[in-house]
Amino acid sequence: MREAQIQLRVMCSNDDEYVSEEDVWVLYKDREEWADVTPLTQDDGPNAVVKIAYTDAFTDVYDYFRAVVASGEMSERALELTEDAINMNAANYTVWQYRRKILKHLGSDLKKELAFCREMIEMNPKNYQVWHHRRVIVDWLKDASKELRLTEMIFSQDAKNYHAWEYRQWVLRTFKLFDGELDYVDRLLEEDVRNNSAWNQRHFTITQTTGFTPDVIQREVHYVKKAIEKVVNNESPWSYLRGVVQHCDGRMGSVGDLENWCRQMYEGGQRSPYLLTFIIDLMEDKMEHEPDLRPSVLKHCLQICICLATEHDQIRQEYWRYIGRNLSHRFGA
Amino acid sequence: MAEEELWCNHVRQNKDKFRDEGVSTVSSIDQARVETSVEDKYSSYLDMKDMDGQEQPRLHRGRHIAYLKKGLTSLSDRFTSLDASRPWLVYWCVHALELLGVQLSKEEAAGVVEFLGKCQNPNGGFGGGPGQYSHLAPTYAAVNALVIIGTPQALQLINRSTLVEFLRSMRTEEGSFRMHEGGELDIRGVYCAVSVARLTNVATESLFANTVHWIMRCQSYEGGFSGAPGMEAHGGYTFCGLAALTLLHAHHLCHTPALLRWAANRQMKYEGGFQGRTNKLVDGCYSFWQGGLFPILHTLLAQEDVANLSTERWMFNQEALQEYLLLCCQHSRGGLIDKPGKASDFYHTCYTLSGMSVAQHFTSTARHRTLVTGPKDNELIPTHALYNVGVEAAVSATQYFNSLPVPIASSPASQTEAGDATDVQDTDKQTTTATKPSCTCDTTQVKT
Repeated sequence: MREAQIQLRVMCSNDDEYVSEEDVWVLYKDREEWADVTPLTQDDGPNAVVKIAYTDAFTDVYDYFRAVVASGEMSERALELTEDAINMNAANYTVWQYRRKILKHLGSDLKKELAFCREMIEMNPKNYQVWHHRRVIVDWLKDASKELRLTEMIFSQDAKNYHAWEYRQWVLRTFKLFDGELDYVDRLLEEDVRNNSAWNQRHFTITQTTGFTPDVIQREVHYVKKAIEKVVNNESPWSYLRGVVQHCDGRMGSVGDLENWCRQMYEGGQRSPYLLTFIIDLMEDKMEHEPDLRPSVLKHCLQICICLATEHDQIRQEYWRYIGRNLSHRFGA
Repeated sequence: MAEEELWCNHVRQNKDKFRDEGVSTVSSIDQARVETSVEDKYSSYLDMKDMDGQEQPRLHRGRHIAYLKKGLTSLSDRFTSLDASRPWLVYWCVHALELLGVQLSKEEAAGVVEFLGKCQNPNGGFGGGPGQYSHLAPTYAAVNALVIIGTPQALQLINRSTLVEFLRSMRTEEGSFRMHEGGELDIRGVYCAVSVARLTNVATESLFANTVHWIMRCQSYEGGFSGAPGMEAHGGYTFCGLAALTLLHAHHLCHTPALLRWAANRQMKYEGGFQGRTNKLVDGCYSFWQGGLFPILHTLLAQEDVANLSTERWMFNQEALQEYLLLCCQHSRGGLIDKPGKASDFYHTCYTLSGMSVAQHFTSTARHRTLVTGPKDNELIPTHALYNVGVEAAVSATQYFNSLPVPIASSPASQTEAGDATDVQDTDKQTTTATKPSCTCDTTQVKT
């Protein structure tokens, strides 16, 4: 439709100069096929605040969109109008919602809709509406064959795009596509071991598939240790490690020999706040289970809290002081 | 303060700078780049200070006020992308002005009320602009803006009986909330619904049945909350989760030590501001989303072990955050920003100032303490940590709405009709208890 309009305008143009698409944008109010519709202006009131200086084209498209919604028209031309409205503001959820109503009503080709939606996602990868629209359409189609690939394309530009991750999790869960997921996460962590979204995805995938069985816990602890040995001062694997050992029945320090592993790093002079924090956790666990050891362990624990507060993690001084007081209160004489 | 050394002096020692341990990745490259731009800001400030003496980090009130006043009136065509978020624009400007101690003129206030009236729909709730479908986010923004204005016209504009119908129609069986008819579902929906329902006193037990359990499915292994179950812990969503749990009096369900640890770790040791997620970059807006967690956590922890809690400070470095905001996030042409090099916008102006307000005002049951970095004139008014409107505005609005009855569900189709009759009683009970915990936050935050 729009192409036709442009063509028409170009052909009627008197001068032979090159005419760009923008120059020949025909306002809806000048389109013959829309002559039967009375545009509906926005009712901002006489003293509107946050008044946006819309372009004429924007006002025009939205005046017609409002008119269409008011009359309840669900036609092909209305569908095209929503496309123009979305192109001008992809965050207008009312337009997206009305578009879905039309698609349903007309029984439109949803494969075509997916192509349009992909374009919109590429242009607005951090917009809530585009991803939600995709989800609805894929849910209608019951075909998620291209969806993982789409998110991977987005991750190749921004591996931490929250919307894309949320969408991917929905696809994996709804269509049970977990088969290659751990390998994919591996690849992302290989590229950037600091990608916390990938670490979270690892946790999600395991939770949704095997669960944290004793074998899985062993395997994961081994995996994390290697990642930490690569880069110690990286909070993501340390957090993940805590997430993994939470699932074990026994004592924290015994899993995968974590206590010795931490001690060796510490004795080797490593003072990363994440290591120190983890050592405090291990000691806390010890004090819970072995009351006899409390006095000596607590002393060591408090020393580490002081080191963190005054030297290795000064910005969190208040936090570490509180943790120290809390531990003395719980495990002190 | 004047005599004490500024926190940002640490950049001269290089001690807290990021080290990539020989493994350079996208995350480490981005982090190093941001640290360099922050270092430039801090160093040039310190160099100037060495030369000229006493100039302390100053909040450029005048510029920000002019920027906000202009925005509240009219915006260029670059803002068409926010055409479905106009009540947000109103709230960001009105709240930022409120924090700066600026009262709107009668005409301005009337203009805001009238405009928001145009955004309110007959079937309840507010849309992103006149004629747009109702949506929970602009509903939250509109209610907050009206509460801040606080005049009878403003408060009475909110149609509470249709509002609660709208909230009910957004509710899913499992207790979560969609943002709008046919729209997406995440923890923002829950927070927006709970916040407006509590503020305007329309909450009933059936409206939020199971909601707290849905929220708890969002606390991730890291300790923070995610937008939806299974996702990564994130600052904005963590605020939504914790504030909603607290407003529903269910904070005991939250794993507080893990949340506290996660929140404390989001403050950047070099920049002083907060990041939104682990291994992401500092951003001024998280000053509130993350910083705002600390007053709530403090109140919750006080119910368990008040003896170990500080009576002077929140559990983050309040000076470091203020220095980041004052020295790295003020745009020379007014408004505040995400990080050096970015352009200002109303969202960041609102949430940086909200975070600055949290950093300046410590309140516990026992005392109020201000901790203002820079000249005294930098002080902002205290904000209510659960709603993010001024404490006084929140208190007077809750007083007003709590004096009105909770609307009874009118829809005959409502399956829970029988239940709702009992709800009213429950809610009566709840209102009495509700005044307590939310008032702890209310009264503790009132400056004495």
